Amino acid sequence: MKSQRRVTAVALVLLVVLFAGSVASRRQVDRLRGTESTLEDVLYLSSGKTVKRFSLGYSSLLADIYWTRAVQYFGSRHMQHSYRYDLLYPLLDITTDLDPNLIVAYETGSIFLSQKGPEGAGQPDKAAALVEKGIRANPEYWRLYFSLGFIHYMDRHDYKAAHDAFLKGSEVPGALSWMKVMAARMSEKADDPETAAYLWKTIYETVTDKDVRGTALLHLTSLHAEADIAGLEQRTRLYRQEFGAFPSSWSDMMRAGILQTIPLDPNGDAYKLSPDGSVHVQDPAKFRFLINSQ
Amino acid sequence: MTSRLSAITLNTFREAVRDRVLYNLVLFVLLLVACAPLFGQISIGLERLILVNVGLSSMSLFGVIIAIFVGIGLVSKEIEKKTLYTILARPVRRWEFIVGKYFGLLLTLIVNTGLMTVGFYIALIITAHQLTRADALLLVAIYFIVLQFMVMVALTLLFSSFSTPIFSAIFAFALFVIGTFAEDLKNFAALAHGATKWLASAAAYLVPNLASLNVISQIAHEHGVSGSLVLMNTIYAVFYSAAATAAAVLIFERRNLK
Amino acid sequence: MHAIEIQGLSKDYRVGFWKKKLQPALKSLDLTVASGEAFGFLGPNGAGKTTTLKLLMGIIFPSSGTASILGQHYLDPAIKKKIGFLPEQPYFYDYLSAPELLGYYAQLSGMPAQERRSQRIHAVLERVGLGDTGNKQLRKFSKGMLQRVGIAQAIIHDPEVVVLDEPMSGRDPLGRHEVRELMQSLKDEGKTIFFSTHILSDAEALCDRVGVIHKGELRGGGVVNDLRSNVAGKSEVIFEGAHGVAKVADLLSESHVTGGTVRAIVRSSDLDLLLEKLRQQRVRLIAVTPLQGTLEDYFLSKTSEKTESEAVHP
Repeated sequence: MKSQRRVTAVALVLLVVLFAGSVASRRQVDRLRGTESTLEDVLYLSSGKTVKRFSLGYSSLLADIYWTRAVQYFGSRHMQHSYRYDLLYPLLDITTDLDPNLIVAYETGSIFLSQKGPEGAGQPDKAAALVEKGIRANPEYWRLYFSLGFIHYMDRHDYKAAHDAFLKGSEVPGALSWMKVMAARMSEKADDPETAAYLWKTIYETVTDKDVRGTALLHLTSLHAEADIAGLEQRTRLYRQEFGAFPSSWSDMMRAGILQTIPLDPNGDAYKLSPDGSVHVQDPAKFRFLINSQ
Repeated sequence: MTSRLSAITLNTFREAVRDRVLYNLVLFVLLLVACAPLFGQISIGLERLILVNVGLSSMSLFGVIIAIFVGIGLVSKEIEKKTLYTILARPVRRWEFIVGKYFGLLLTLIVNTGLMTVGFYIALIITAHQLTRADALLLVAIYFIVLQFMVMVALTLLFSSFSTPIFSAIFAFALFVIGTFAEDLKNFAALAHGATKWLASAAAYLVPNLASLNVISQIAHEHGVSGSLVLMNTIYAVFYSAAATAAAVLIFERRNLK
Repeated sequence: MHAIEIQGLSKDYRVGFWKKKLQPALKSLDLTVASGEAFGFLGPNGAGKTTTLKLLMGIIFPSSGTASILGQHYLDPAIKKKIGFLPEQPYFYDYLSAPELLGYYAQLSGMPAQERRSQRIHAVLERVGLGDTGNKQLRKFSKGMLQRVGIAQAIIHDPEVVVLDEPMSGRDPLGRHEVRELMQSLKDEGKTIFFSTHILSDAEALCDRVGVIHKGELRGGGVVNDLRSNVAGKSEVIFEGAHGVAKVADLLSESHVTGGTVRAIVRSSDLDLLLEKLRQQRVRLIAVTPLQGTLEDYFLSKTSEKTESEAVHP
C-alpha cells in the first residue's frame, strides 16, 4: 500500500533527522554543563551513607561509578594543572562509604589527595584520614599501612607516624618483610634520598593510575638527578682543592682524571656546570621535584 | 487528522485519570510531601531543604513509574481488548494512534505534576510560612521533571510498540537508570580507547540524558540554572522524544497485530 | 460493483523460535460479496475466518493478494468511514460509559460534531437495547451487554458495509435472537453484511450466500437455497424384506439393513420407480419420508473433504 510506504519513509527520515538533532543538542547541553556538573551533586550530599540508603542494595555498583567519577575528575583537573580539587575528597569519601572494601579507592585515592598541587589536591591530612578509614574496614590488607606510612613520610613529614604505620603493617600476617625495613629506615635514615626513592619505586610498581605513575617516575628521576648532582658537586669541590678554582667545563674535570665522560642526567641530557661549581639539569621542567634545581 | 489525534489523546487521558491505581500514586506523593515537615523536625534548620528534596524526588520518581506503568499497557492493552481492531477499522492511521497515545499519557503526567506541584507549594508555605524568590526557582526543577516524562513516555511507547508489557517495563526502567548516569557513560567514553570508546560514545548518545534533566539538589540549594541550559534541555527533550516516537511509528506501522 | 472483492489473499504466519517456519493461515482466497447482500463466512474454529477479517480491516498484512471494498483499495483510509467492524469477543475501555465510548468512535470515524452529539448515540444505544445504561462504566457491563456495545460501535457512523466476527458466539439463546434481529434490520436497510460464524443455523436464517472455509482454503459456497437443494430432493424409504434390496440396489444411494428392516435413501426422482419395484416384489412398505436438506449437511460435506495437499499425500 502506497500510504503505508509513505509513512514508513517519512518516519525513517524523521527518525534520522530527530536523532541527529538530539545528539547535537545533547552536545550543547554537555558543553553548557561542563564535565563536572554531575559531580557537583556531591557537595550537597551530607554523606555517602545517604547515597547508600538510596542505592537499594546496588551500592558496590554505585561505588564503582563514584570511583570512576573520582578518577575522571582527578584526571581532568590534573590535565589542567589545577591546584583546586575541591570535589575529590567528597567523591572518595562517598565511594568508600558505598563500598568500604574498594581498596583501589584508598590506595590510589590517597595519593591523589596527598600530593602537592598541581600533582594532587595537597590535602595530606585528608589522605591519611581516608587511608585510616580503609584500614578500619580492611585491617587484614597490609598494603594500606604502606600507603599510610608513605603519606606520613612524603607529604606530612611525620617520620614518627610513618614509622608506626610501617611497623603496624609489618605485623599483619602476610606482610612482606621490607615493611619492617621501612619502619627501621623511618627512625634512622628518614632523610636519606634512597628511602624516598625506594618508596616511590614501590608506588610506581603497585599503582596503575597513569597520572600517579607519571608523578612517581618524575620523583624517581628527580631523586636520581639529585644524587647525581650531589656527587658531581662533591667532585667540583675536589677539583678546586687541587687546582684552586672551579672547573670551567666538564672537559677540565676529564683532563684532571676526575671524570671519565660527560655526565648525563636520567633523560640523557648533559648536566650544566656553573662557574661557582654548582651543577644543574638542562631542563628543570623535566625534574619538577628536584630541590634547588635552579 | 487533528480531530482524530485529539480524540485519541483525550481518550487516553480519560482512561488513565479514571484508573484508580494512578490516584494511589499521586496520593502517595502528596502524603510524602505532607510528611516532609516531620522529617524536617528531625534535622533542625533543614526543613525546607528536606521538603524540596523529598518532594521533587518523589514527583520525579513516581511520575516515571506512572509513565512506565501506564505506558507499557498503552498499545498491548488495546490489542488484548481488541479495541485497537475497532480503531484501525476506522479512518485512523497507525501513526495517529501512536502519536495520540503519546500526547495522552504526557497530558496525564502534566496534569498529575500540576496537582502535585500545588500540594508541594502548600507544604512549602506551611513549612516556611512564606514564599521567596528562591521558591520560584523550584519551577525550573519541576519543568525539567516534565521534560524527563516527555522522554520516558516516548521510550516506553517505543518498547511497547513491539514488546510485551513485562519486557517493555524492564527495558524502560533499565534505560531510566542508565539515563540517570548518562553523563558518567559519556565520561567513561572519554576515558576509553578503541572499539570500547566508539561503543560507549554511541551508547551515551542513544540513552536518554536524564542526568542533565535532574537539577533537584542544585535547586534545593538555591543555585540557579542558566536560561540557555533550560532552552537546550528543552530542545534536547523534544528531539529525543520525537525520535523515539518516530521509531515507535516505524515499528508499529508494519506490525501484524495478533 | 461488489461491496467486497477479495483476490488471492494469502497469509502465512511465521512460527517457531527463530520465526523461520511458515505456517499458512489463509491460502489464496478469492471471494466477492455483492452490495446489499448478507454473506456468511462459515468454518470451524481455526479455519481462517478471523484471519480473513483482520486482513480486510488492515490489522494484519497479507503475504500476497489484495482486496477492494466498495471499489477502492481496502487499506485506503477514506473507505474506512463506510465500514463498521465488530471483532470477536471484544472488551472495551473499562472506565468509559457507553455514550462516551460511542462518542469517541464517532469522532474517530470523522462524524461531524453536531450529528454525533447525543441523538445518533442515543438512537444507536436504543437500537441495541442499551438505552438505559447512562453513565455506568463499561467494566460493570455483562458479556452480553459488551457484545451489544460492540455492535453499537460498529454501526455508530452508519456504515455501508458491516463486518462482524462471530457476532453470535458466547451469547445466550435470547441474545442470539436479538443479534439476529438486529442484523436482519441492517440488511433491510440495504447494508452489506459480511460476518463469520461457526453456528450454521444463524447463517441459514440470515444469509443470502455463504462461503465455507476450512484449513485456510475456501471449500465451497453459493446461494443458500441452492446449497440446500443439493442435499434436498432425497427421500428416506423404510420397508420390511431384506431380500428385495438386491433388485433395487442401483436406485439406492444408501441402505442399512437391520434384521428384516431396510432403511434406504433414494433420489426423489427415482422414488416412484423404487416404490413400483418394491410393490412388485410384495415387500411391505413401512414409511416414505422426504428428507429436509440443511446447510449443516453441506457444511459437513465440505469440511470433511480432503484438501488438495492431503489428497496428494495421504
